[in-house]
Amino acid sequence: MTAIDIGLPGLTGVPTTDEKQSARDYKSDQEVRWCPGCGDYIVLNTMQSFLPSLGLKRENIVFVSGIGCSSRFPYYMNTYGMHSIHGRAPAIATGLAVARPDLSVWVVTGDGDALSIGGNHLIHTLRRNVNLKILLFNNRIYGLTKGQYSPTSEPGKVTKSTPIGSVDHPFNPVSLALGAEASFVGRALDSDKAGLTSVLRQAAEHRGSALVEIYQNCPIFNDGAFDVLKDADEAQRRIINVVDGEPIRFGREGEYCVVREGFGLAVAKSADVDASEIVVHDASDLNLSFALSRLSTQDLTHTVTGVFRRADRATYDDGVRAQVSEAKNAKAADLSKLLHGKDTWTVVG
Amino acid sequence: MSTETRKLDRVVIRFAGDSGDGMQLTGDRFTSEAAAFGNDLATQPNFPAEIRAPQGTLPGVSSFQLHFADYDILTPGDRPDVLVAMNPAALKANVGELPDGGILIVNTDEFSKRNLTKVGYDSNPLEDDSLEKFQVHKIAMATLTIGALEETGLGKKDAERAKNMFALGLLSWMYHRPTEGTERFLREKFAKKPDIAEANVLAFRAGWNYGETTEAFAVTYEVAPAKLNVGTYRQITGNTATAYGIVAAAQLSKLPVVLGTYPITPASDILHELSKHKNFDITTVQAEDEIAGIGIALGASYGGAIGVTSTSGPGIALKSETIGLGVMTELPLLVIDVQRGGPSTGLPTKTEQADLLQAMFGRNGESPVPIVAPQSPSDCFDAVVDATRIALQYRTPVLFLSDGAIANGSEPWMIPDVETLPDLTVEFATDPENFQPYSRDPETLARPWAVPGTPGLQHRIGGLEKQDVTGNISYDPENHDKMVRLRQAKIDGIEVPDVVVDDPDGNAKVLVVGWGSSYGPIGAAARRVRKLGLPVAHAHLRHLNPFPKNLGDVLKSYEKVIVPEMNLGQLALLLRAKYLVDVQSYTKVQGLPFKAEELQDVLADVIKGVSA
Repeated sequence: MTAIDIGLPGLTGVPTTDEKQSARDYKSDQEVRWCPGCGDYIVLNTMQSFLPSLGLKRENIVFVSGIGCSSRFPYYMNTYGMHSIHGRAPAIATGLAVARPDLSVWVVTGDGDALSIGGNHLIHTLRRNVNLKILLFNNRIYGLTKGQYSPTSEPGKVTKSTPIGSVDHPFNPVSLALGAEASFVGRALDSDKAGLTSVLRQAAEHRGSALVEIYQNCPIFNDGAFDVLKDADEAQRRIINVVDGEPIRFGREGEYCVVREGFGLAVAKSADVDASEIVVHDASDLNLSFALSRLSTQDLTHTVTGVFRRADRATYDDGVRAQVSEAKNAKAADLSKLLHGKDTWTVVG
Repeated sequence: MSTETRKLDRVVIRFAGDSGDGMQLTGDRFTSEAAAFGNDLATQPNFPAEIRAPQGTLPGVSSFQLHFADYDILTPGDRPDVLVAMNPAALKANVGELPDGGILIVNTDEFSKRNLTKVGYDSNPLEDDSLEKFQVHKIAMATLTIGALEETGLGKKDAERAKNMFALGLLSWMYHRPTEGTERFLREKFAKKPDIAEANVLAFRAGWNYGETTEAFAVTYEVAPAKLNVGTYRQITGNTATAYGIVAAAQLSKLPVVLGTYPITPASDILHELSKHKNFDITTVQAEDEIAGIGIALGASYGGAIGVTSTSGPGIALKSETIGLGVMTELPLLVIDVQRGGPSTGLPTKTEQADLLQAMFGRNGESPVPIVAPQSPSDCFDAVVDATRIALQYRTPVLFLSDGAIANGSEPWMIPDVETLPDLTVEFATDPENFQPYSRDPETLARPWAVPGTPGLQHRIGGLEKQDVTGNISYDPENHDKMVRLRQAKIDGIEVPDVVVDDPDGNAKVLVVGWGSSYGPIGAAARRVRKLGLPVAHAHLRHLNPFPKNLGDVLKSYEKVIVPEMNLGQLALLLRAKYLVDVQSYTKVQGLPFKAEELQDVLADVIKGVSA
């Protein structure tokens, strides 16, 4: 296996192939068993259509998941895969990424898996900046356990476990990831194939941890949670898609824009402000990324999509491998010498 | 008055002081001197869980016991022949174990009224008659040390801190120990602070000279080198030997090691040691928690490395779910558990053998894992190599049950010739022709180790039940029954050597069976009762799951089987359940190893009962 630089730092070291691939090549022989109408289908199809464009050897791609509906994902991908245990996928994937620089490692997780039981692993993986791509399917509900509220459910949510409404305050996953020092954070909607593909591509190209939050509809236990973003008219007023280096405008013909307000950001009508007041997105500016994350509200009045943050930072797995490789170059692996140590004595017959 | 020199075959010395007094270092140095001189030895550190408990209090006492001899010994000794007490707390905590006539060396400087009151002495024991049954040497060690360092210009406080080296110097003189090693060690240890290095060397020499020039000590002692087997030796602790065994396993299997772990007493030294040996293709990851530690190890194993995790006490509880995933995915994984007193946080710095049943059964579902336990500090090396062999060959998590006594205790180790170590190489699956992720090797029942990156072998594994052969998800009742039995059969069929019975008289009717760190005290007790004319056989188990194939026959061939354990009878329970043998359990859970003396009494009673 040779390390090949294909010009995408996130995939440096992962072998490529000239063989033409299609989405079909990435479909496994397993029957997909999500509920009819589940948003997971669209994400799966998008991923299977997107991966051939990377031109990687299929055997060098691994999907690691935790537990939950979305975590069945690896079974449906004709790559290597591990469906692991609840919340621990980032840890297991970290071990794999540390051991194997020649793999493109993806983690598939959900709002319960990543943010509740696995919250600790998620924040530490992002902090370390392990070269993993983490897809967080956020449907704001526990689906596999049949409908309890999740750490991203809205306060007051009535579910099987909260018959008179949840009193939990939800996470904003993007704010959480940025607070955990994530070097790449993006968000997309399951139904927006082009937008999701664009974020996935940028995540794959990024060297280091990439967290991609995907708003995903659960038709059984939380149907319509994101419907306001899928209605063409509503979406115009609500979705703020950001592109690095471009002024942040949205709505029909850029009717709305984002401007600074105090320490944060606010939405304004473009007609009411001077063009120079419109914020230009800079994905390397953590403060701006964070302010954008706060512009997205739980009630979806506004939802920012696209790549919030993309910053170059040393990765954990490259770092530990460099230490091992330097040590190997500096000192021969002489087992006998190690076992003898400094102080020995010899007993003669 | 000239000093008389007496020859002894063995001596037990205990250094005891406040946890800030440097007793562990003092003991370590005396151990190195004994090793350099060629004695056989065994050590037992005993220290509080607090880094600096309140000064001068009983909970703050730290001690280091060293047993050295001119023959092969098995334990750090039951009781000290010589007790060095640096303060009233150390005296009070330890003097109860000093036998009548024992040598007591006391640092008088700390015996102020305040310090005496702190530990509940109403009167000064150095002034009343409470210590008259001992040979007491009252020495103002701090004052003498400060005096000796007067010309160095070092402040009083810094100078006083070298008093442990004064004690070491004095004891080195008393026992005719070589001194060059200690002086060299001090200069290296304090290389960045040369004035402190010189102060320690001066204090060490002052202690030596105190013995030589004052007439306080009428007798010095010699313990001749031991007649050990021919070979090259070094001193080694259990945790170091465990780490070296892992390094060796990497070399012998030609695989990289990834240690995923979280710091926990008394296992952290394994992480510290392995992190120094990256040149052997060893990666250490200090994870965010115990669960991530083992997750990282399992992820690395999936990628074709030897995944290792290390822990103790409550840490092993946190790892249970991932061990279960390792059982289901049938991947190699080495789980090191340095047992300590439990339950919960328990006794972090004290030893116990109470994780056996957790190792055996502590997971949901039928989740068998092999268990390997080392019997002494140096045995950790061979035992961990063997544990890795099982993990690699059978593609399974393996539990390695060391304990606090083994981890921190040390003994001489005959360094093996690396050429004689076993070949641990295994083959990855590469052939896409008829590849099935859950097909099995007919001999070992192991499934193929098909690592990502191998063309044509793309497959998915996970924690859901697997269909036999294909590895696809299966909820079929018959298949689940089959897979549960297959996983069990794989572990039951692991090849482990027969247990060897030590019965030099050949006519014993009583068998004592132990496992893990009780090897030393059980072995020493067996020797003692045999000397009294009471035959006893001793079998010690390295493999707790599966048991050696001959174990049932061995147990049934004795009239009485006794099983001493530092738990409430966990091995005894397993032996009774599996072999229907009415074993007698002897248990103690005080956080300390058994004493040879107490086991001698236990064995003698049983043997006499059988003979009667």
